[in-house]
Amino acid sequence: MTDRPLSVILATDCGSTTTKAILIEKKSDGYRQTFRGEAPTTVEAPLEDVTRGVLNAIAEVEELSGRRILEGERIITPARPNTGVDLYISTSSAGGGLQMLVAGAVKTMTAESAQRCALGAGAIVMDVLAANDGRLPHEKIERIRSLRPDMILLSGGTDGGTVSHVVEMAEYIAAAAPRPRLGLGYALPLIYAGNRDARPRISEILDKKTALVITDNLRPALERENLKPARDKIHDLFLEHVMAQAPGYKTLMTWTGAPIMPTPAAVGVIMESTAKRERINLIGVDIGGATTDVFSVFNGQFNRTVSANLGMSYSISNVLAEAGLAGILRWVPFAIEEQPLRNRIKNKMIRPTTIPQTREDLQIEQAIAREALRLALDHHKTLATGLRGVQQERTISDIFEQRATGSSLIDMAALDLIVGSGGILSHAPRRIQSMLMMVDAYQPVGCTVLSVDSIFMMPHLGVLTTVNEEAAIEVFVRDCLVYLGTCVAPVGQGKVGDSCAKYSIAFRDGRQREDGTLQAGDLKLIPLGPGERAHVELKPTRAFDFGEGKGKALTREVTGGVVGLLLDARGRPLTLPADPEVRTATLKRWHQAVNLYP
Amino acid sequence: MPHSYTPGLTVSERLLLHKRRQLPIPGSVLVQVGDPVKPETIVARAELPGKVHAVNVANLLGIAPDEILEYMNKREGDRVGKDEVFAESKPFIKWLKTEVRTPAPGTIESTSTITGQVLLREPPQPLDLPAYVSGRVTEVISDQGVTIETRCALIQGIFGIGGETWGELTVAVQNPDDSCPPSLLRPEMQGKIVVCGAFLGADTLQRAQELGIAGLVVGGIHDKDLRALLGYDLGVAITGTERVGLTLLLTEGFGAIPIAKKTFELLSRSVGRQASLSGATQIRAGVIRPEIVIAREPAGLTGDDGRSDGRGTARSGIQVGDTARIIRDPFFGRIGAVVGLPADLRQIETESWARVLEIALADGSVMTVPRANVEIIEER
Repeated sequence: MTDRPLSVILATDCGSTTTKAILIEKKSDGYRQTFRGEAPTTVEAPLEDVTRGVLNAIAEVEELSGRRILEGERIITPARPNTGVDLYISTSSAGGGLQMLVAGAVKTMTAESAQRCALGAGAIVMDVLAANDGRLPHEKIERIRSLRPDMILLSGGTDGGTVSHVVEMAEYIAAAAPRPRLGLGYALPLIYAGNRDARPRISEILDKKTALVITDNLRPALERENLKPARDKIHDLFLEHVMAQAPGYKTLMTWTGAPIMPTPAAVGVIMESTAKRERINLIGVDIGGATTDVFSVFNGQFNRTVSANLGMSYSISNVLAEAGLAGILRWVPFAIEEQPLRNRIKNKMIRPTTIPQTREDLQIEQAIAREALRLALDHHKTLATGLRGVQQERTISDIFEQRATGSSLIDMAALDLIVGSGGILSHAPRRIQSMLMMVDAYQPVGCTVLSVDSIFMMPHLGVLTTVNEEAAIEVFVRDCLVYLGTCVAPVGQGKVGDSCAKYSIAFRDGRQREDGTLQAGDLKLIPLGPGERAHVELKPTRAFDFGEGKGKALTREVTGGVVGLLLDARGRPLTLPADPEVRTATLKRWHQAVNLYP
Repeated sequence: MPHSYTPGLTVSERLLLHKRRQLPIPGSVLVQVGDPVKPETIVARAELPGKVHAVNVANLLGIAPDEILEYMNKREGDRVGKDEVFAESKPFIKWLKTEVRTPAPGTIESTSTITGQVLLREPPQPLDLPAYVSGRVTEVISDQGVTIETRCALIQGIFGIGGETWGELTVAVQNPDDSCPPSLLRPEMQGKIVVCGAFLGADTLQRAQELGIAGLVVGGIHDKDLRALLGYDLGVAITGTERVGLTLLLTEGFGAIPIAKKTFELLSRSVGRQASLSGATQIRAGVIRPEIVIAREPAGLTGDDGRSDGRGTARSGIQVGDTARIIRDPFFGRIGAVVGLPADLRQIETESWARVLEIALADGSVMTVPRANVEIIEER
């Protein structure tokens, strides 16, 4: 990839409800995000033209920046002093994003690889079909028929392996004759990325019934995934078929200097680039109204999942259904009856744009957010795994510790950075609220840096990465991320009041060293501002482990943030008292300790 | 932000509504431009492809998949009846013969020599598309459907359950803030659409099901009663396909909340008229709200009609003098007039900075609430 020299960049993200535009300019200290504007997305009736919302959002950037960007409905390029831009780029998740159906031969092997491929490409996976998914043939056919995806990804079989299972799946798809979500009269795009030997038969079955595209097998051997060719094809078809059917996108595509990307795919690109450049393990989460996306990069391996029905407005009621009332109430620091709480949650679902007006309402929403975050990460852990079905060579050293294939790649002890995004995290009235929501939900162990996306510009920066990676990463680190601070927490549990660890913190700015004892159940917030560093030494008792082993000392240089350094001795796993009165008292004590609420 | 948008629900007494009726798959249109239609008139028809049955003949006969054609009595495209032998083994001794019979009548769609599987498709099912509203056909969309023009009153609800229905409109309560116990539902309400005031419980829902009431319009219900009605906890607000024996429309939300006075008065004035009710709700991309469309009689009545395609309109923003409903605690469900729109951001109790408005309630008090927490009651 060659970085293009650019001085002014305009980027938009066309979301389901809002189109967000940002301006990035090259200043004396590098690339900076300077202005932003937003307007309602106009994909749907009455306007039914995405470009209206884009123009409105750009008009707001023009108004705020004083830079003339539009001439009528044309974006002025290249940039001249106070006029025009060098590059315009965009992402899109309008109209429900990219919705896909995936199918494979074996559920935990090719079907799972196909699912990872579609998710990595930014899709919402509507269902995963496999020859052995437990459904009867007619149930599979009915399911395929009832869904109206934007495209289908069919995989199955390793190259040179059996063809019958994948052909069977193709026969079901042909029998169901699925129709695309958009455009009544065109054929549904189907990508075949399975056993090479089955291609002639697959063409015979599906060529006339779908817009068939054949690409390399995404699981050519049991030990190897090859997701990129199929992922690239998904992006091509997203532009050629899905976007071309959406109102106004044909015009929008002629405006952009790089292909329009699905929003989550763009977020994935910036996450992956950052993790690789900084050589860190990270988890990113975007908790929206309808869905929660989780991205992870562990040891260079990227994964994305989307929990399609976990969100803070449209899907809020589903968080209640999945977490259960007790799951949510355990985070609420006051007593509330079931019926008003249930009605309140349903009312948020049917009026998704409302905001909490009272402190209690805010606390309830943040309790729900903790559960949504937790459930989405649990879901992510099940898919971000090593390849299942791989033959392993065992040696004598494996006698005492054998790991099954397909174990989760997510290791909270090896996690360096958590990036939170979405209204509930980015716009929490106090930044400590965002930090504690993520700490409670994810329970990081050892030393973990936490941050939030300031104004949700990760999609814009992701697509910018494909044109100018340097600019994208500079803006990501300097303007996009708001560093909250570092959380230091041990694995282990103890009785409240028992000694957990002795700590000693030496500040780089010359402040007086802080020494103390951390007791089990404690939550301590130590001021350490953005860019500030401190040398932390923790000597745990034998019941606790900060990542160096039980009872072994941890010495680490930590960085601060807008919140500071959080010492969390509440235990891992974090368990809350069962007695409601004790629980609310405990929650209040923690909240007061970090000044969580007014 | 200069392009702020505040959502609103339509409550309109006089409207020229253009309702598009479209088949899910191409079919044939049965009416012509200018034809008068009633809710039950079938305006278009399509044939849904029949259900598919997969029978693995190779497994059942114990043969290799590539041998299957030798054992088939029927070929692709052949019609078959139920329990008809369509494949059989050919043993030397006849009584050892294995027969494969059809699980349903239909057509042999495909025979696979790779999987050994035969796919049998049942005959297509006709899918009828009713007009749903009374009016006149103004447009025919070839092979897809029609547009029907109707002079009507239109009330959009906030949430609904169940599909399209129609019937005579009646009111079970005296006032918009009355609750509706089961005793107010009477046998003569069968097949009608009944307005039920501020609240109804699970017992009233059950009584309505027993009486065969077509639809209920109410201010609010409890979430637990919705769960009891559906048999599961509704996670995402995409509804309209539930089969619970009736259609339910909530005008306000969850809890006991009086129907807005203007809405209740309009419904009360419309008693005895033909009404069409849809519970379909989708609160995501492509917002769909439940609705009640009340036919105006006589059909040709003219007046100061607004025009609508029934899919909502964009508003430029909220204005002083608008009637609005507060849609979030602590004043949830209260209705008042907008009296102030401060331009600057204000800090609210949560410490968030939000754009607010001042709203005068019926009791004379003036509340300051975030603009995001009100809903304009659109008067057209």
